[in-house]
Amino acid sequence: MLQIDNLHASINGKEILKGINLTVRDGEVHAIMGLNGAGKSTLSNVIVGHPAYEVTQGSITFNGKDLLALKPEERAHEGIFLSFQQPVEIPGVSMVNFIRAAFNAKRQYQGLEPMSAGDFLKLMREKRKIVEMDSRLTSRSVNEGFSGGEKKRNEIFQMAMLEPTFSILDETDSGLDVDALRIVAEGFNKLRTPQTSAIVITHYQRLLDYLKPDIIHVLIDGRIVKTAGPELALEIENRGFDWIKEEAGL
Amino acid sequence: MKNGFVREVAEKKYEYGFTTDVETEVIDKGLSEDVVRLISEKKGEPDWLLEFRLKAYRHWLTMEEPTWGHLKMPEIDYQAISYYADPTKKGQGTGGKEQEIDPELMKTFDKLGIPLEERMALAGTAVDAVMDSVSVKTTFREKLSEKGIIFCSISEAVKEHPDLVREYLGSVVPYKDNFFAALNSAVFSDGSFVYIPKGVRCPMELSTYFRINARGTGQFERTLIVCDDDAYVSYLEGCTAPMRDENQLHAAIVEIVVKENAEVKYSTVQNWYPGDKDGKGGVLNLVTKRGHLRGRNSRLSWTQVETGSAITWKYPSCVLSGEGSQAEFYSVAVTNNYQQADTGTKMIHIGKNTKSTIISKGISAGKSQNAYRGLVKVASTADNARNYSSCDSLLLGSKCGAHTFPYMDVHNDTAVVEHEATTSKISEDQLFYCNQRGINTEEAVSLIVNGYAKEVINKLPMEFAVEAQKLLGVSLEGSVG
Repeated sequence: MLQIDNLHASINGKEILKGINLTVRDGEVHAIMGLNGAGKSTLSNVIVGHPAYEVTQGSITFNGKDLLALKPEERAHEGIFLSFQQPVEIPGVSMVNFIRAAFNAKRQYQGLEPMSAGDFLKLMREKRKIVEMDSRLTSRSVNEGFSGGEKKRNEIFQMAMLEPTFSILDETDSGLDVDALRIVAEGFNKLRTPQTSAIVITHYQRLLDYLKPDIIHVLIDGRIVKTAGPELALEIENRGFDWIKEEAGL
Repeated sequence: MKNGFVREVAEKKYEYGFTTDVETEVIDKGLSEDVVRLISEKKGEPDWLLEFRLKAYRHWLTMEEPTWGHLKMPEIDYQAISYYADPTKKGQGTGGKEQEIDPELMKTFDKLGIPLEERMALAGTAVDAVMDSVSVKTTFREKLSEKGIIFCSISEAVKEHPDLVREYLGSVVPYKDNFFAALNSAVFSDGSFVYIPKGVRCPMELSTYFRINARGTGQFERTLIVCDDDAYVSYLEGCTAPMRDENQLHAAIVEIVVKENAEVKYSTVQNWYPGDKDGKGGVLNLVTKRGHLRGRNSRLSWTQVETGSAITWKYPSCVLSGEGSQAEFYSVAVTNNYQQADTGTKMIHIGKNTKSTIISKGISAGKSQNAYRGLVKVASTADNARNYSSCDSLLLGSKCGAHTFPYMDVHNDTAVVEHEATTSKISEDQLFYCNQRGINTEEAVSLIVNGYAKEVINKLPMEFAVEAQKLLGVSLEGSVG
């Protein structure tokens, strides 16, 4: 589904990613772990096409398409979704109007007519249940005055609405209490199918207990230095990252 | 496919920029007493009106163009403008207004989405269409007249209801009021006249569409609305002009008289040609609008969506004389490229227990300058006067300017005057968040701007609100990234 080859990327002239290679197949969930500043968020931003990052070398293909040639919104229409680490507030724009604009933009891309208001509201009701989201929140402005947990829930709600085939969860567990974490993680699991894949960025085992990733990568200083099965996450939980650094000769 | 769509929207930009090929009678350029007399003569006006014009003209000669606006005004050569253009007359004839309307004119208004035919009945709106200096057609007059409502061009009103016009013309905006008001009073050509008799609720929206077409002409229309005791009217005004690379002068006056328990809602969607992206051409919109709330418990609201004009200089104001009268001002002013706007309102509280609300939303993009200028004045007689003002500015990009000049002048200790102001910016992060969800930047800006302006847009009548929303999106095309 997603193939990254020798990806180098920089921000403000400073190189952050120094040759990433990564392949995610249909149905797989990969976890990316690593210390702050290793380049985890940069990687997710580059995949979704954030304009602040410059790709200096390498390629990303998504279902055979050259992803780097597409605009951010086109990547979204192709099925890529980012659950933001810090979702922004957009005052004045109601959640309903926002998600409807996004939903219908995708339909237009697919050559479909916009969905009728009635059907759309019905769909929203169904999808809200997945993350136990109150209807109060969807009638408010996008993320405005939402608590940290509500913002993350709202991200997964949007994911449920837009039905991406490839999702990135960027520290979706940060700032969540135990209950909220469970709701968000279970919501994500409900949306998984054999045709959908994901990259999960996290510091903690807690989230991975729910999501049960297939593969764990450790990102250090802009490179993936270790890749292994789910047992690696547990080992990191116990031993930290230093031993991996040593092993990699860093 | 996607790119094609974006291009199509982008190229839409100013879609009213076409010109109409219609024979237009234009008088020679220049302004003098003779020109004032000529205009009056062409319109077959009574002596008192000619006198009014001449007094205004003589006074105008003694005045100077105001320079206090936060505007860089191009020099206006008042002798290089023609003060009268009539597209309804072929040749130099002086035939009456009943003659056939040129089909080209009808097409123009159809193209603007203003069909002057009975199908406007479906929308429940009566229309007065003014092209250049002359009212082209007013619809639904008979139906309205059954209720005693007068809705016609001001030229006709002068002929058919001279006493009413004479009583109220200049009673709210005297010809000495300001430079542009004096100019308008001297040379005003046409405009709309509305009279709602006592106790009548006008059953449909009344609207005037103004259109400048002819080259090298100014438009000086004059609107007079009188709403008698216990009456109600909602009035809409729309404006467009062709794209021309010279500046076109538009100096209008709107006067509104609101009597006891009466209510007037005045809504404007102003989309005069704003000039090109390099600041060339565009309409200079220098307008005096004022309402006088004369009666007890009278109400007046101004709602404006200003997206057009190279320069906007206008302050729809309210004089609250009647005890318990209430006035509102809701405004969205958008400036892009090199547009300049200095707009706001004046609320003059004179009567007891009067109340006013000001909600102003400025949106600046490109290299534009957008200023809110407002005065809240409370006279010593205005016990318990209340005012609430809220002025917000939204910036797109870093080369534009937003300015707020709120003036307060309070002479009564029982008055409560509140003012709030905010400035915000559409951030890259907000736009990227939208992009990631599949919403392109233009749409995202439109969504955010419409959300920001919602409070004002919601005050507009339904049909106008939809138009205004689209307009906000189009006006800001290409303003980000």
